[in-house]
Amino acid sequence: MTPTAPPHHLPLAEPADRYRAMRLVRGFEEQALDLVREGVIAGGIHPYIGQEAVAVGVCAALRDGDLITSTHRGHGHVLAKGASPHRMLAELAGRVTGLNRGRGGSMHAADFSLGILGANGIVGAGAPIAAGAAWAEARAGRDTVVTAFFGDGALNQGVLLETFNLAAIWRLPVLFVCENNGYATTLPAAGAVAGGAVERARAFGIPAQTVDGMDCEAVLAAAAGAVERARAGDGPSFLECRTYRFEGHHTMERRLKLGYRTAEEVAGWRERDPLPRAAAALDPGEADRIDAGIGQLLADARTFALASPAPDISGACDYLYADGLRPRAGVTL
Amino acid sequence: MTSMTLAKALNESLRHSLESDPKVLMMGEDVGKLGGVFRITDGLQKDFGEERVIDTPLAESGIVGTAIGLALRGYRPVVEIQFDGFVFPAYDQIVTQLAKMHARALGKIKLPVVVRIPYGGGIGAVEHHSESPETLFAHVAGLKVVSPATPSDGYWMLQQAIECDDPVIFFEPKRRYWDKGEVDTAAVPAPLHRANVAREGRDLTLAAYGPMVKVCLEVAKAAEEDGRSLEVLDLRSMSPIDFDGIQASVEKTRRLVVVHEAPVFLGTGAEIAARITERCFYHLEAPVLRVGGFHAPYPPARVEEEYLPGLDRVLDAVDRALAF
Ligand SMILES: Cc1ncc(C[n+]2csc(CCOP(=O)(O)OP(=O)(O)O)c2C)c(N)n1
Ligand SMILES: [Mg+2]
Repeated sequence: MTPTAPPHHLPLAEPADRYRAMRLVRGFEEQALDLVREGVIAGGIHPYIGQEAVAVGVCAALRDGDLITSTHRGHGHVLAKGASPHRMLAELAGRVTGLNRGRGGSMHAADFSLGILGANGIVGAGAPIAAGAAWAEARAGRDTVVTAFFGDGALNQGVLLETFNLAAIWRLPVLFVCENNGYATTLPAAGAVAGGAVERARAFGIPAQTVDGMDCEAVLAAAAGAVERARAGDGPSFLECRTYRFEGHHTMERRLKLGYRTAEEVAGWRERDPLPRAAAALDPGEADRIDAGIGQLLADARTFALASPAPDISGACDYLYADGLRPRAGVTL
Repeated sequence: MTSMTLAKALNESLRHSLESDPKVLMMGEDVGKLGGVFRITDGLQKDFGEERVIDTPLAESGIVGTAIGLALRGYRPVVEIQFDGFVFPAYDQIVTQLAKMHARALGKIKLPVVVRIPYGGGIGAVEHHSESPETLFAHVAGLKVVSPATPSDGYWMLQQAIECDDPVIFFEPKRRYWDKGEVDTAAVPAPLHRANVAREGRDLTLAAYGPMVKVCLEVAKAAEEDGRSLEVLDLRSMSPIDFDGIQASVEKTRRLVVVHEAPVFLGTGAEIAARITERCFYHLEAPVLRVGGFHAPYPPARVEEEYLPGLDRVLDAVDRALAF
């Protein structure tokens, strides 16, 4: 029996909504880490823990119909844009009830119906796609805004700079969001990004600012301005969100003991955890109530994912061509 | 029927597509004001405007990436890559994004992007300007890969590619751009991926595509003087490959030689040889032979005639197959 995911809606309008969304992402990732350890999620994940304020703050500035492109560290973006946590978890676990029937997995989860054009296994590759989608929307006379999320590592992909240029000369309604978590895998951004992130965007005439990526409300405020600008037809903006991932680059890292960052550094950033900060601004007791609700939701999602069947191998060559062509099953003749 | 060059046929084809579908866009380096370095888009920007025939910066990855974004929001972009060797900055976008998004969306979105690539040697150019990278794309599920050999196919196949809801890598044999042929613009074209019998014969099948079809026709003519009847099959499509068409021909002639400019090693011919051996084992009088480029970087212009399969190399393979 294939279970059906319950309807899902994620409001982001109020500070309590945003706290709830951050708790959802945090809890989702903690549970996903468990499922990696249990062997339910194969291949591991790039955990988003620590960066929640960025995805939630930016998505809170968007509206339904806006589009995003995401990254290899994409669970936070996908959830904050409203994807079902049930179906997202099932996707990670490779089940037919997943957002992409278990064919995408962690790095390629997508929900086009919600404007989520996909997490992306190629660093930087989402940016030109965001620009193209923005171009199409603008040409159609719609005031859609397209957000491209990417990391500090992507700043060194040529395609990103190409896209800055294209978005600027064509005044595309794009919001470039660089999540500078200080490292590309183990490489410190400090020594890898010549000239600095905002300076690069400014070199293309793109308004750029750095914002505290551990503060959801600050991210929202900055993103809202950029979104307004894009919607008014005034072109792209760039936000560098200074943030940090509390976990390793990838779940594999636990075993590798890379030691590229000190325990003090990690502890120092954990002090700046965006969740307690957001909780402190709520009414007493509210955060606890929200946490309990999210706990229940995620327990349901886990039950749902584990109860869902894996895809059948007979469909391995499905969906390759629009005309239904299935030219190369594993067996010839 | 009108007589025109392949270049003109492609230009007419693009013009027709721009006229008949407002969602069709042309993008590429120098495609607008200049009309492309090979002038395939000549005059199109003048007639359809800068909004539809777009001069882009020198940024292949960005060009194909934005084309993908445009396509998934309803446009039908036709991207020109200036020369074969310059597709590689965009290879990432084509292989990791363009080829896979339809599947990622469970078939709910379409990616009608055409990437036009002038390819192959024979014009006295150099590495990166003379290469035949079709196999690198044909190997990727989700892409369709075709190449016309004649002005008529150039005219029709390009329109079919633009109308196709899947991404099509459209390889244009650049050394045939200036060859003339008859084009019937009122004809009903054959399906895009079907092989065409370019010349009928009884003793052996020569299968080729793009620039090598003409060479194979010359070989067939030369062989005829020796009393040998060769069939020439213009494959037209490298993915999917019309194995049924090849099989039908081989069951008749019992011998097959596959010819392409691309390296023989792991080339289109290798796949055809394997499949036809599987399908026609008891019909074959000789192993399937292949003639193609060397597994080496494309050589300097001075020695490209050594590299390219010509009359001699193909005839030699024909002799070996017939003597087997
Ligand atoms: C084009 C490309 N090169 C290399 C990789 C391997 N890789 C995956 S994530 C990563 C680091 C990315 O760093 P950053 O953009 O800062 O994102 P973060 O992991 O910090 O979120 C690398 C090198 C890749 N996925 N794509
Ligand atoms: Mg990083």
